[in-house]
Amino acid sequence: MITYAKAATKLRSGAHIGTKTSISSIMGKVMLAITPATIFGLFCFGWPAIFLFIVTLSSALFFEACCLKLAGRPVKSTLFDGSALLTAWLLAMTLPPFAPWWIGVVGSGFAIILGKQVYGGLGQNLFNPAMLARVALLISFPIEMTTWANVSPLFFPGSPDIMESWRITFSSIVPDGITGATTLGYIKTEFSQNRLLSDILKDYSAVANFFGWTRGSLGETSGILLAGGGLWLMQQKIITWHIPVSLLGTVFILASVFHVIDDSHYVSPFLHLNSGAMLCVAFFIATDYVTSPNTPAGQLVFGTGCGLLIFVIRTWGAYPEGAGFAVLLMNAATPLIDYYIKPRIYGRDRHGKPLEINK
Amino acid sequence: MYVLYAIISLTSLGLVLGLLLGIAAKYLKVESSPIVDELEALLPNSQCGQCGFLGCRPAAEALAEGKAPPTLCPPGGSALVEQIAALLGVDVDLSTVAEPELLVARVSEDTCTGCTRCFKVCPTDAIVGAPKQIHVVVADACIACKKCIDVCPTECLQMHPAEVTLRNWRWAKPKPVFTAESDALC
Amino acid sequence: MLRTLFAKPRLRGGVHAEERKSATENAPVITRFPLPKKLYIPLQQHVGKPAEPMIKVGDTVLKGQLLAYSQGMISAPVHAPSSGLIVDVNDYPAPHPSALPIRTIVLETDGKDEWLAVPTVEDPFLLPPEEISLRVGAAGIVGLGGATFPTAVKLNMGRENQVQTLIINGAECEPYLTCDDRLMQERAAAIIDGVRLMLHGMGTASAVVAIEDNKNHAYTAMYTAALPYAQIKVIQIPTRYPMGWDRQLIRYVTGKEIPVGARSSELGVTIHNVGTAYAVHKAIRYGQPLVNRIVTVSGGAVGQPMNVEVPLGTLISELFSFCQVNMDKTARIIMGGPMMGDALPHSTLPVVKGTSGVLALTQDELRDKQEQPCIRCASCVTVCPAGLRPLDMANNIRINQLDTAVDLGLKDCISCGCCSYICPSNIPLVQYFKFASGEVMARQQAQHKSEQTKKLMDARNARLEKVARLQAEEERERLAAKAERERRLAAEAAAEAEAEENA
Repeated sequence: MITYAKAATKLRSGAHIGTKTSISSIMGKVMLAITPATIFGLFCFGWPAIFLFIVTLSSALFFEACCLKLAGRPVKSTLFDGSALLTAWLLAMTLPPFAPWWIGVVGSGFAIILGKQVYGGLGQNLFNPAMLARVALLISFPIEMTTWANVSPLFFPGSPDIMESWRITFSSIVPDGITGATTLGYIKTEFSQNRLLSDILKDYSAVANFFGWTRGSLGETSGILLAGGGLWLMQQKIITWHIPVSLLGTVFILASVFHVIDDSHYVSPFLHLNSGAMLCVAFFIATDYVTSPNTPAGQLVFGTGCGLLIFVIRTWGAYPEGAGFAVLLMNAATPLIDYYIKPRIYGRDRHGKPLEINK
Repeated sequence: MYVLYAIISLTSLGLVLGLLLGIAAKYLKVESSPIVDELEALLPNSQCGQCGFLGCRPAAEALAEGKAPPTLCPPGGSALVEQIAALLGVDVDLSTVAEPELLVARVSEDTCTGCTRCFKVCPTDAIVGAPKQIHVVVADACIACKKCIDVCPTECLQMHPAEVTLRNWRWAKPKPVFTAESDALC
Repeated sequence: MLRTLFAKPRLRGGVHAEERKSATENAPVITRFPLPKKLYIPLQQHVGKPAEPMIKVGDTVLKGQLLAYSQGMISAPVHAPSSGLIVDVNDYPAPHPSALPIRTIVLETDGKDEWLAVPTVEDPFLLPPEEISLRVGAAGIVGLGGATFPTAVKLNMGRENQVQTLIINGAECEPYLTCDDRLMQERAAAIIDGVRLMLHGMGTASAVVAIEDNKNHAYTAMYTAALPYAQIKVIQIPTRYPMGWDRQLIRYVTGKEIPVGARSSELGVTIHNVGTAYAVHKAIRYGQPLVNRIVTVSGGAVGQPMNVEVPLGTLISELFSFCQVNMDKTARIIMGGPMMGDALPHSTLPVVKGTSGVLALTQDELRDKQEQPCIRCASCVTVCPAGLRPLDMANNIRINQLDTAVDLGLKDCISCGCCSYICPSNIPLVQYFKFASGEVMARQQAQHKSEQTKKLMDARNARLEKVARLQAEEERERLAAKAERERRLAAEAAAEAEAEENA
C-alpha cells in the first residue's frame, strides 16, 4: 500500500551466478537435433523442397521483425534468439515438399503473427505456432497440402532439375506422375472402398519407411533420424522423456490392442509410430516448452492425451493424419492441466494445507 | 405465416418479462445501497480530502455511482485500488497506479510557537503538546492529511518523506524489460 | 525395494552449481590477521531484538567483556572482540544490501588483545543441562551458518521437546565458501567436543554430522574424531545445492518432513551448524564468548583467496586489503555465498557473526545479462526444493497480483536462488519474490495502520463529544444554579417585603 523504500533499484538479489544456458542455446540445440532429418528430406525431395524451406524460414524472420517493430520490442536481440527460426523450420518440415511458395509464406505469417505475436510474443502463446499454421493451411488449402511428391533425390536421373523445380515452387506447375498419396492417406482412401488391409499394404516396406524413402512431408519421412535427434535432445536435457514416451506409448498400446482384435481393419502399431508426423510431433512439437504443462506428471497426462487423440483421429476421423489437431487440442488443455497438477509444496499436503505433526 | 408467429410470440414474451422486471424494480427496490457502506469501510476514513470530495463517505458514494475512478484515493495506493475494483467488479490496470510516497508531518522546533492550533485539527491526535510548548508529531499515527499545515501560522509544520530504516527497507521490483530501448544494452 | 521406489523423495529439486571452491579449500585457515585499529560492532547481529549497550563512551574494556546485554526472549549479547577503548556508540552503516544505519559500538583497540580472566569448569558434563544453554546464551552464540538464530533458544527448545536427534550441518553447499570445510579439517576434535556438549545441553541421545561428499578430507577428519563416541555418527550426503537448507537436510537424514509453521524440534530433530558447535566448545571449555570467526574471502578479484580468522567488527575493506583484492576488477561485493548472499554497496561495513564469506566477484563470474521473456521451460519448477512454481509466481508479481502469488506459495519460498540460477531467460525470480514479500508485509502494516487510524479517530470523536456533552451539562447546571439563585433571591425579597408589610 505504501512505498517505503526508494533505494535498491540498481541492486540485484541472488543468485549472483547462473548457468550458461540461454534461450538461443536451447533453440540452437533443438535446431541441431532436427538438422539431420531436414537435410535428408531436402536431399530426398530435391530443389523444390530447398526453395520452399528457404522461403518459409526467411518469410518467418521478416514477419517476426515487422511484429517486433510494431510492438516496440527490441528487434535485433529478439529476432536472432532462434525462436522464430525454429517455428518456421518445424512448420517447413511438415509441409508437402512440392507445395507452392505462397504456402510457405502464408504458413509463416500465420504461425508468427496469429500463432505467436498477437498473444504477446515468445512464451505467451497458447497453441504451438507451427501446428496452428499447419492445421490452418490444411483446412484452407486442402489440395496443395495433400499433394505429396515421390522421392526424387537431388541429382538423380528423373528428378526435376533446377529450372523445373523453380517452376514447381514458384509457378505451381507440377509435372504429371511425380506425386501420389502417403501411406496413411492411401490406407484411408482404400478403406473407403472396402478393401482389406492386407491387400492395401502389399507394397508397403517398413524399412523404407523407417529410413524415410517414402512420400511424405518435407522433413518428417525419416523415422530413424528424427528419433535419433530426439534422443540426443533428451541426453542434452533439453527435453525430458515424459511427453515422447507417454505419447508414443499410448499410440503403441492402443494400436496393438486394436490390431490384435482385428488386423484387417487396424494397422499395426509399428506402422503407426513409423509414419506421418508421429515421431516429429512426439519429440519436437509436443515437447514445446511454451505450450506443454510444466510438471512431469502434467506432461505425462499431456502426452497420453496427445497419443489418444492422434490414434482416434487417424483411425476414425476424416483426416488420415491427426497429429496437428491432437497437439492443438491438448495445448488448449495445458492451462487446465497446470492448474490441477501442481508439485506438492514442502511441508504441505497436495491441497496446500500444512502437514500434521507426527513424531 | 410462420415468421409472423415467431414475431408475435417473441414480442409478447419480451413485453411480459419487461413488465415483470419493471414491477420488481419498483416494489423490491433497496433503499440505501449497502455497497456505499462497504466502500466506506475500505477507505481510510481519515477525511483528508485528497480525492477532491469532502470526506470518505461522499467519496464512497461517488465511487458507487461510478462518478469517480477506483484510483481516486492517493493514500490508499494500489492495494486499495485492487480492493475497490474487486468490490465494484471493474478491471483496473494496476501497473499505472502510482504508489504513494509515505509522508509524515514534522514540527520545526525553531519556529513553533505552541499555539495549539495544529493539534486541535489533527484527526488522529498525532500531534501532542501543550499551550506555549513546542509540539511534536507522533510519526506512527500521522496519516499525512496536511490539515495541520494549513492552520499553522508560522509554517513550522512541513511534510517530509518517512525515514527509510533497516526495518522498513525492502527490495525494489525488477525493472520490466523487453522494450525497444533495451536494444542499446545488448 | 518397491517401497523405496514409492517412498517420498528424500531429495527434491536443487542444482549442481559450479563449486569454485578450489581457490581456498586446500590452504590452512590464516590466524595471523593483523588486529584492526578500530572495530565496528553492530548491536544486532542476530535474529530477534537488538542488544542493549551497557558501556559508555570512554570505557576501557578487555577482550571478551560484555558490551551489550540481550534483551527479551530471542536476542543475543555482544562482547568486545579485543581489548581497548570505547570511542563511540552511534549509527553506522549496516552490513546489509541497503547499508542503512544500525546502532554500533566502535572500539579502538590497544593492540594488547588482552582476554578478560574467566573461571573455567573442570568437567562441563557435570553441569546441569540448563547451565549449558545459559552459558551458550551468555557467550552470544548464534547460528553461524548464516541464519543467526540464538543458539541457546534452540537448545532450550530441544530440551523441552525431548529431541532424539541432533543433526550437525556440515553441508556447506554454497559455491566458493570453504570456511566450514577448513574448520572441520583443522579443528575436528573441538567440533566433536562441541557436539557432545550440545547433546548434554539438550539431553539428546545421538547426533549425526552430515557432510557433502565433495569434502573428503573434512569427512575423514570428522570421522576419525568421532570414532571414540558411539553416539555421534558422521555421514556423507550427496553434493547438491541447497543441501544445507535445514529442512532439506532433516528430510534427507531422518526422512521427516517439517510441516509449514512447525519447528523441527516439535518433530524431535534439531539442527546446528558445525561452526556453532565449535563456538559452543570454545564457550564452555574456555569461557570464551563469540568474538571472532572464520571468513572465506574469495572470488575472481581476490589476489590471495583464503580462509581467515578475524575479530568480529573488522571492516571488509581491511579484510580486502589483507587479501589483496583488486577493487577495479570487482564488479560486485557479496556477503555470504553467491546463491543466497547479498550484494553490498561498498566495503566499509563490518564482519558480523553471520558472515561466512565475503566475495569480490568479477563481471565474468556474475550473470548479469538482460532479462528475456519466460519461455515456460519449467526448469525453475524442476529445481525448486520447496515445490513451488516460480514462473507462475513471478508472472503474477509482474502484474502486481500479489494475492495470487501468495496463494501460489510465495510465503514458502526460501530464496535459495535455484530458480534464478537455472533460468535460461535470466529472469531475476528471487528478486521478484523478495520484492513481493516486502510489499505484502508493507500492505499488512498499512492495513494495521489504517485500523489504528480508525480507532484513533473514533477515540477523538468520542472525546470531543464527551467534552461537548460535559460543557453542555456544565452550562445547563450553571443556568439552573443561576435560575435557582435568582428564584431564591426573589423569594427572599418577597419574604422581606411581606415581613415589612406585616410589620
